[in-house]
Amino acid sequence: MTAVNTATVVPPVRRRAAGKPLLPPLVARLLFLVFAIGFWEVASRYGWINAFTAPAPSAIWSGFIQIIVAGELGAAFVRTFLEALAASAIGAIGGIAIGWWLHSSKKIGLAYTSWVAAAASAPLVLLYPLFLVIFGRNSSTIVAMGALGCMPPIILKAKDGLDGVRPVLLNVGRAFSLTPRQQFTMIQFPAALPVIFTGIRIGLLFAIINVVGVEFLIAFGGLGELISDLGDRFDYPAMYAAIFFVVLVSIAFFYLTEKLEIWLLSSK
Amino acid sequence: MAAIEQIGRGSSASAGKAKPASEFWTVTRLRIAGAIALLAVWEIAGWSGLFFRGVLPSTVFIAQAMFQLLTSAEFYWHLAVTSFEVLVSFLIGCSLGTVVGLVLGSRKYTGDVFEPFIHYLAPTPKIVFLPILLVLFGVGVWSKVALGAISAFFPMALGVAAGVRQVSPVLLRVGKTFNLTTMQTVRMIYLPALVPPLATGLRIGLGISIVGCLLSEYKLAKAGLGFLAGQYYEAFSVANMLAVLVIIFILASLGNTLIEKYVRLPGPGDVQAHR
Repeated sequence: MTAVNTATVVPPVRRRAAGKPLLPPLVARLLFLVFAIGFWEVASRYGWINAFTAPAPSAIWSGFIQIIVAGELGAAFVRTFLEALAASAIGAIGGIAIGWWLHSSKKIGLAYTSWVAAAASAPLVLLYPLFLVIFGRNSSTIVAMGALGCMPPIILKAKDGLDGVRPVLLNVGRAFSLTPRQQFTMIQFPAALPVIFTGIRIGLLFAIINVVGVEFLIAFGGLGELISDLGDRFDYPAMYAAIFFVVLVSIAFFYLTEKLEIWLLSSK
Repeated sequence: MAAIEQIGRGSSASAGKAKPASEFWTVTRLRIAGAIALLAVWEIAGWSGLFFRGVLPSTVFIAQAMFQLLTSAEFYWHLAVTSFEVLVSFLIGCSLGTVVGLVLGSRKYTGDVFEPFIHYLAPTPKIVFLPILLVLFGVGVWSKVALGAISAFFPMALGVAAGVRQVSPVLLRVGKTFNLTTMQTVRMIYLPALVPPLATGLRIGLGISIVGCLLSEYKLAKAGLGFLAGQYYEAFSVANMLAVLVIIFILASLGNTLIEKYVRLPGPGDVQAHR
């Protein structure tokens, strides 16, 4: 009796719809994107939104082609990429060295780890005028700001990773009479690498954010300067294109490093 | 950002464990020595002649500049403008983030479809959106508010969505048994269970809305602490510029500490006990 009643209250078709969605999430996401871009195009063409301040996607695409053909986007991308790479390399080497120093003595770790943790959540990018005064308005300031931003997470994760190396591995090293340097390069560093990589990944993201941000603020360098410059020229379609390009590059980078991190952690 | 927060908290938590008295004094001595060493490096670098004169002013001059700033009426006008921008952007960003996080976390399919957008947009440099916001909202305070709000939105939405997913299904079933409305479920079940992610989201949100507002003030503004620091930079008044930066850092860490201390809504322990 109860079953019959339920069947009459909730039709079977509705039940199936609630259990299994009509579209897979990926398809729904893509459809939403297509719909949003289509709506923007129509709204811009029919004057529902101001086509000068918010150009239609087709105009932005033309702007994208324009900055590619002019060579501006490629040159800016290479420059930003190299600056971010230099900043990350400095940040990673410095960060791992300081992380090792914090790991090397329990007291030093206790005394200064909380300082690094405070620096990791402090708005360090606001210090860029100080670096501008020290290094001048050039790539050094941008690289220094990128390195400063990416160092705290790398330091913390390097220390965590080195602290977490299994004592049995260190004992094996001692049994083979490894020197401290061999112990670090052959045992501690490889064993801590998956954890350190998490820090490097977060650090790289911070480096990119700082590099592009400072480029934009001081209107010097790569992609950040390009956006600032196109805005100053009131070339809004190309400016939107450059902004979306930065967003897409960040997303691609974040996605790839996320996959790499998962792979590294699973192979630990 | 959330990952960083966890790193920071985890490390400071392990550093803050109960220590014997002798260890405590060793650590305190090391910290005092570290602080003195940093100040000494600054002073020596300033006097060494390695940098142009005035690039690294003595801490005495920075302290003097701070005193002068804190006793001038103009400074408080800039402080008021920045505080307004930060508070409004923080409120807008965090409220929107909480609502979106609640929706994404409580509805699986909606979360599956839309959360990747937020997840992947979160670590992009938000400052690049400033030219669009300047066009849309002008060079006044509202473009800064918009950038601060966008910055605060992402960590809040992601943190709340993750927090909602961790709410025990038992609690939700109890709510259903009592025929709670959606608003009642949010207020009586989700919000108390969400205190830790909300507190974390608020702390990160405040930090990056400060960054968003101040960076946009540096770029183009008519008032605010970022604008003031920029003006001092252009006049090569480095001691004054550093004094503004130090005040900004002190205020930011004060806000962080206040949230950490006072965001303790209904005891999370009660919810934990039910899990």
